[in-house]
Amino acid sequence: MAELTIVEAINTALAIEMERDERVLVFGEDVGVTGGVFRATDGLFQRYGDARVIDTPLAEGVIAGAAIGLAIAGWVPVAEIQFLGFAHNGFNQVVDQLARARYRSAGRFSAQVTIRAPYGGGVRAPELHSDAFEAHFTHAPGLKVVAPATPADAKGLLLSSIRDPDPVMFLEPLRGYRQVKGEVPDGDYPVELGSARVAREGTDVTVIAWSAAVQVAQQAAEDAQAQGISVEVIDLRTLVPLDVAAIAASVTKTGRAVVVQEAPLTSGFAGEVVATIQEEAFFSLQAPIRRVAAPDVPYPVQMLEEHYVPNAERVLEAIIATTRD
Amino acid sequence: MVRYLDQDGELLDDQPMSDELALEGYRVMLRGRRFDERCVSLQRQGRMVTLAPGIGQEAATVGAAMALDPKTDWFVPQYRELAGQLWHGYPLRLAFLWHVGHPIAFQVPDDLKMLPFQAAIAGQLPQAVGLAWGLRLKHDPGVVLAVFGDGGTSQGDFHEALNLAGVMKAPVMFLCQNNGWAISTTVEHQTASASLAQKALAYGFPGVQCDGNDLFAVYATVRDAVARARAGEGPTLIEAMTYRLGLHTTADDPTRYEPREMHEMWVDRDPLRRMQIHLVSRGVVDRSGLERIEDEVKEELRVAWDEAQKEPAPDPAYYFGRAYASTSQRLGSQLSRFERKGLG
Repeated sequence: MAELTIVEAINTALAIEMERDERVLVFGEDVGVTGGVFRATDGLFQRYGDARVIDTPLAEGVIAGAAIGLAIAGWVPVAEIQFLGFAHNGFNQVVDQLARARYRSAGRFSAQVTIRAPYGGGVRAPELHSDAFEAHFTHAPGLKVVAPATPADAKGLLLSSIRDPDPVMFLEPLRGYRQVKGEVPDGDYPVELGSARVAREGTDVTVIAWSAAVQVAQQAAEDAQAQGISVEVIDLRTLVPLDVAAIAASVTKTGRAVVVQEAPLTSGFAGEVVATIQEEAFFSLQAPIRRVAAPDVPYPVQMLEEHYVPNAERVLEAIIATTRD
Repeated sequence: MVRYLDQDGELLDDQPMSDELALEGYRVMLRGRRFDERCVSLQRQGRMVTLAPGIGQEAATVGAAMALDPKTDWFVPQYRELAGQLWHGYPLRLAFLWHVGHPIAFQVPDDLKMLPFQAAIAGQLPQAVGLAWGLRLKHDPGVVLAVFGDGGTSQGDFHEALNLAGVMKAPVMFLCQNNGWAISTTVEHQTASASLAQKALAYGFPGVQCDGNDLFAVYATVRDAVARARAGEGPTLIEAMTYRLGLHTTADDPTRYEPREMHEMWVDRDPLRRMQIHLVSRGVVDRSGLERIEDEVKEELRVAWDEAQKEPAPDPAYYFGRAYASTSQRLGSQLSRFERKGLG
């Protein structure tokens, strides 16, 4: 066990996998000599050389598209998109091509590809560097979408993502990169995709979150406890495939649910979670399910962002409200 | 512009391949032509889905494919190069199934180095570059032929792909079939560049224009590009000047935009006619020999279409289990519902 930040945990996972599997290639913008703008790939270029750790041109489309071809040639590409907000420059290659590589060829080809991208707000980054665009990718059959919240999960889920035979969008919590520290098991430590985690046990209300919103939910749970409300926090960890059973089990137990997302409300992934709850646990519900989300406007510039990203106060408000419904 | 055979079938240089190979190339061009004609007719009878014939472009695609070694080299298509794909080994039976909408047509046979057809214009190019880069990294002798059209050169994927290919010295040949039209849009509306081949200059590798209706010109140009790629010297952009004598697709009506005289001018430059004149004048085959080839191709098509019609319809649950390597709990419950009700 070592105490690591999320970005250190990611770096550790990449190093483990490059060492274990010689087919693993790491590439993207500035991932080589400088080790990534957040140092997620620090030291890999020096250790594994320019054939396996490659600085590419500044072009997300061909980063994602070339990953498909590299996978067909027998490599295991781990591509970095510097910020998820720029993944749309390569949206066709990710959603229309990468996600369907297996399907459209009826299994002749597949794409064991991981695309890593930091995302989410709260670090005072410029425009388009902070948007929580996860739902743009959860609606693309063929992709898996992973969004860890802790250093241990960042390491464990990244190891599993790289080894997964299907393409994975691995969304890293930008705000947590250095802010969130935690104990991370040493050595090979894969964490299964598609399995949620009970981040905190409770009995009155279930709060469901993923990525950086998990810490927000945990803070709100702490604050609710002070008011005598016992909150269970479910960290989804993987959005696709979704751990339906874990969501159903928790809400069946508590009868109340709040879903937190950083993205704007309309058509966000929280809506998918709410629909899942009403399908799986409708008769256990004692109150309407509430969503805490950003408003339906684009992410603002720096001076306004703390008024935009859902915080613990808003989550607590929703928790209290749901106990009064 | 590279040219070996003028439009009257006159050889301007030494023939760059044996007579046997030239005759075989002609046969595959004819197979592509007759296949497209047959499919347009079947589509008009309501027996096929919307399709994009490659009529008039057979020399461009077969000539390029002939420069590959199918044992090591990859063919990465768009969707208007079936004749070339037939040369590379794609079975006629699957080609027919493609046009009836059977998913098996996209399941490229295991022993064939080819990606499936691609509907997104230039979407295959970044993948072709990744594939070529990956082969080079493995010290695999293979090279990649990526085919697209004039319209494709306007796409971001084209620019990004050629740019990366230049940087990585990827062993890839970009074959642009400049057939004059992107549906109804002319090349002049596509670009202000004097040629499409010249775009290669910006990416740091050679761009070559060849007569795309001349089998020998396309073959020789791509052959030289293959040699460059295999020697580790990187990519080449080849602009094959050809013409779409047919429709964009069976949903298209070229009489709305195509000048009649332009069409007629290109009918005179028909690549098949050019090869026929050449092969007969060189004594490789006589008129009755050409008729025999016509009959043989007709018979091949009949047999392949019969076989295609015998292919069982896909299982209605076909698509479950093919999107991912394993079925998630959620997809599994969708499948069981489907199996109970027969509905998606």
